[in-house]
Amino acid sequence: MTDPATGPVTGPVTGPVGDPVSDVPASLDVSGLAFAYPDGHQALFGVDFSVARGERVALLGPNGAGKTTLVLHLNGILTGGTGTVAVAGLPVDRRNMAEVRRRVGIVFQDPDDQLFMPTVREDVAFGPAAAGVKGAELEARVDRALELVGMADFKDRPPHHLSFGQRRRVAVATVLAMEPEILVLDEPSSNLDPASRRELADILRALDVTVLMVTHDLPYALELCSRALILSDGVIAADGPTAHLLADDELMRAHRLELPFGFDPRSVPARG
Amino acid sequence: MGTGHAHRLYRHGHSPVHGLPPHTKLAAAFAFVVVVVSTPREAMWAFGLYAVLLAAVAYAARVPASFLLKRLLIEVPFVAFAVLMPFVAEGERVGVLGMSLSVNGLWGAWNVLAKGTLGVAASVLLASTTELRALLLGLQRLRLPPLLVQIASFMIRYGDVIADEMRRMRIARESRGFEARGVRHWGVLAKSAGALFIRSYERGERVHLAMVSRGYAGSMPVIDEVTASRAQWSYALALPGAALVVCLLGWTL
Repeated sequence: MTDPATGPVTGPVTGPVGDPVSDVPASLDVSGLAFAYPDGHQALFGVDFSVARGERVALLGPNGAGKTTLVLHLNGILTGGTGTVAVAGLPVDRRNMAEVRRRVGIVFQDPDDQLFMPTVREDVAFGPAAAGVKGAELEARVDRALELVGMADFKDRPPHHLSFGQRRRVAVATVLAMEPEILVLDEPSSNLDPASRRELADILRALDVTVLMVTHDLPYALELCSRALILSDGVIAADGPTAHLLADDELMRAHRLELPFGFDPRSVPARG
Repeated sequence: MGTGHAHRLYRHGHSPVHGLPPHTKLAAAFAFVVVVVSTPREAMWAFGLYAVLLAAVAYAARVPASFLLKRLLIEVPFVAFAVLMPFVAEGERVGVLGMSLSVNGLWGAWNVLAKGTLGVAASVLLASTTELRALLLGLQRLRLPPLLVQIASFMIRYGDVIADEMRRMRIARESRGFEARGVRHWGVLAKSAGALFIRSYERGERVHLAMVSRGYAGSMPVIDEVTASRAQWSYALALPGAALVVCLLGWTL
């Protein structure tokens, strides 16, 4: 990432982005990942990429590109194909499953699927409690995670009494409570009104954690992630600075990616 | 989205009954019902005493009589057949207001009505002083099979979500000019129910995925450990204890 165009976009990222610490293993290392569903449909044809600690990376791609399949490989829900996935140096396999699932926090698209406990507090506590955290330490984790997403006042509310944007934020908190190595967000901005969308962006920007964001919302990817990957037909078709990829009309057209009407990535000011 | 009918049973308050740990209340209500059911039906005074005991609990819980009586109406469809018993039962008959009623049937009807009403009243008191969530924790504490507790807990969590989905499907049907007006339209309703089932099933799979992603391995982690002191237990068991005395008197007198 030596291109000057990415400099301003990277901006004031909290966390050790660009630190020349080479002995820290990459948060996520995917190599040669291929997978076919039992019905014969092959979704991934050899995916290779790596995400350094503290980076925020957008995973872009048209519908049916294999994004969800890829995400489900990151914490070992889907296995059995070829290739390897490693989370902070730890390979995803049966023996490490519990630790891998703690390290990879996936925020699913529909918060109603993610929030399954009767109250916000219990939901946020679910992950750490399943990992054996108890008592005061558990309460502290819940409080910290809810504090990070600005939902501390809603601790004892049932999730279905919250607005959609609030539910999405609590969903983020449920994974943050597990103190993950990497946060994987599936369409984080979907169904959010502009204010909730901006609030979520502020929260994500303030977090000191590696983020992989799967999205169709290209302006959101540009706003939050300095680097983007394009997954198309089961392979990584492009990997580079988000601003560059979005400005490449030919590349975008080739992978069915379209910017909203009137949006010009070249005219977006750098975030300061 | 509504708040869901499931929460309307609870009546918020800070009475000593509200404050008892849920599993002690569950145990007390269950024991009370068992004692009531095993009382001989001929000891009519005993049932009166039971009602007095419940009234005392309602007073301590600050649940007004009108609230309790309104909730008791839930019982009506279930005891409707009890009313028929004096007319259809066999055996010795007596004349009441010009009708010939079976003595056995009258006793049977009284038995069902009295025990049913007391049981429902105890349950209503339990539900109005204990939050649903607390009830689940209580059941968990009383070692009900975890799978059953989980099913109940998901029912509470997703009841509103599914009801909302149902409402949206109805609006979508009506927006396209459909109105259920008779047997001919039942097919459409049945298909909607089928679609709802499949949607809920798929949601279940997604929820399971989200649970597994957060380390679920077959059992729910214990987040809130409910405990009860000896004093709380004895306070809660005062109701079934007193009822047991009445019951034993009913058998001996």
